[in-house]
Amino acid sequence: MNFDLVAALYLLAAALFVFGLKRLASPRTAPRGNQLGALGMLVAVGATLFLVDYRFDGRFWVAWSPGNLVGIGLAIALGAGVGAVLARRVQMTAMPQLVAVFNGFGGLASALVALGDVAHVTPQGATLAGVGAGGVIVGGLTFTGSVIAYGKLQGTAWAPSRPVTFPFQKAANAGLLALAVLCVVLYAGDPTAGGWLVLALAVSLALGVLAVLPIGGADMPVVIALLNSYSGVAASAAGFAIQNEILVVAGALVGASGLILTAIMCKAMNRSLANVLFSAFGTGDTGAPQAATGPGRSVRNYTAEDAAILLTNARSVIVVPGYGLAVAQAQHSLRELGDILQARGVTVRYAIHPVAGRMPGHMNVLLAEANVPYDQLLDLDQANPHFESADVALIVGANDVVNPAARHDTTSPIYGMPILDADKARNVIMLKRSLGSGFAGVENELFFLDRTMMLFGDARQTVQKLVAEAKALA
Amino acid sequence: MMPLALLTPEMAGLALFVLAAFIGFEVITKVPATLHTPLMSGANAISGIILVGAVLVAAAQESTLGTLLGLLGVFLATINVVGGFLVTDRMLRMFKKKPSPPGGDAGGGGGGA
Repeated sequence: MNFDLVAALYLLAAALFVFGLKRLASPRTAPRGNQLGALGMLVAVGATLFLVDYRFDGRFWVAWSPGNLVGIGLAIALGAGVGAVLARRVQMTAMPQLVAVFNGFGGLASALVALGDVAHVTPQGATLAGVGAGGVIVGGLTFTGSVIAYGKLQGTAWAPSRPVTFPFQKAANAGLLALAVLCVVLYAGDPTAGGWLVLALAVSLALGVLAVLPIGGADMPVVIALLNSYSGVAASAAGFAIQNEILVVAGALVGASGLILTAIMCKAMNRSLANVLFSAFGTGDTGAPQAATGPGRSVRNYTAEDAAILLTNARSVIVVPGYGLAVAQAQHSLRELGDILQARGVTVRYAIHPVAGRMPGHMNVLLAEANVPYDQLLDLDQANPHFESADVALIVGANDVVNPAARHDTTSPIYGMPILDADKARNVIMLKRSLGSGFAGVENELFFLDRTMMLFGDARQTVQKLVAEAKALA
Repeated sequence: MMPLALLTPEMAGLALFVLAAFIGFEVITKVPATLHTPLMSGANAISGIILVGAVLVAAAQESTLGTLLGLLGVFLATINVVGGFLVTDRMLRMFKKKPSPPGGDAGGGGGGA
């Protein structure tokens, strides 16, 4: 029997996944790591397609009729085509949406596997039935939750970026969750009653929608990371139900990965996961006492020429990019500015806050696409010691992540959030569309520092002006 | 006669899950922030492993409904797998060390790496 061979190949696939993820520890080895992961997938799917001739637990025979193989082949070809087109066409700025969509598809597939398995045979025992039903629920809410996250990131009318709230929302969600759990319990008690499973799926689909709607667009990095984790957990649960070890192992790896990223994002915002998920943050009506915007405070508004002189005469410049940079598509011009400065002997580095983009690490990808070398990209902990010795902190489209109020103003809603210490640089140049507040709805006292130069306008146009001025000075 | 098994299949599955999660935590905490997006899309592609389960369910023919659900699962999971690995590859190829900056070293263009 080829049981052992299949099991050995699954083990090989699991090892390839682990080694592949391990190689993501450095940008140099990462492409090979991803290829190892893909190879692992090929091994696992290949072993399943060509070597399995009946189910592992021997509960029933798998009939490999030619018609079925053709159907499976067609579904794979179709899915591969769609996946390849999506992967090739997506813009890097839209990466969070794409990952959300992929997460959603994976989650739905897990729910379908658990459901389909039950449609074939009645699960043996309450544990298998219960975990399978759990997989249906996690998979279902991953699907609709991802769809809503996609809508919010894309800025669609049906899922607006702002938190969508209505009365008794939390109570309704808690009720739905309780109902879903009840379905699992009832189904586990009687695995022949498939109706509970269908109800569980319906409830979880609704729960996914309602749970993500009240979360603001700025919190989507956390949501995507969490849904990423869920998609892994759903695969694991489905694997548990059909007793397939590679699903359990790979799903657990992904579940862990998503959970780590979720924790990193929450820490970067100094908020608990519960606060992100349930507080409908970012409505702007936080009612916090605003830092005095008294008439005595003024902003120094300068021209691009002033800023270019400062930049070209600096020895060290740290750029702090925020999402405004990506919105304005200014990353290529910014890299051009960096090149000009470096040609003049200025040290240029980029300090990237974990929540600078719309998903973990998003800003790094956007800068890498603009050909910024990765060794110039510093994360929060790497960057902060360098600000004191930097001549200029050039802030492009970032706001809350450089607001010093996070360090000292206990009344500020962002108090305690780890920030980039741009205010410690000798000079601060801030490119901003207007004097408005950030996502957190908090005014930034950095605007009013004596050594802060404000340059108002569209980020791309302003950076292009800086490039022109810097060239003229050269 | 009873086999001398320590673990029931359920407990074995749970043990597998927990141990794999520990390995996941160990390995993934070492991924630098710079690569968190490719990590997420790559991990996402790995969660497409549900394709294996979908193939098994689509191949089984105990019930037409089950087979159809499996086929739909195969389609969706393949999008996740193929799209996920391809887009991760596309991103990772963008991360370059020093694309011959103006004042940089004289190392020849895009050699090896």
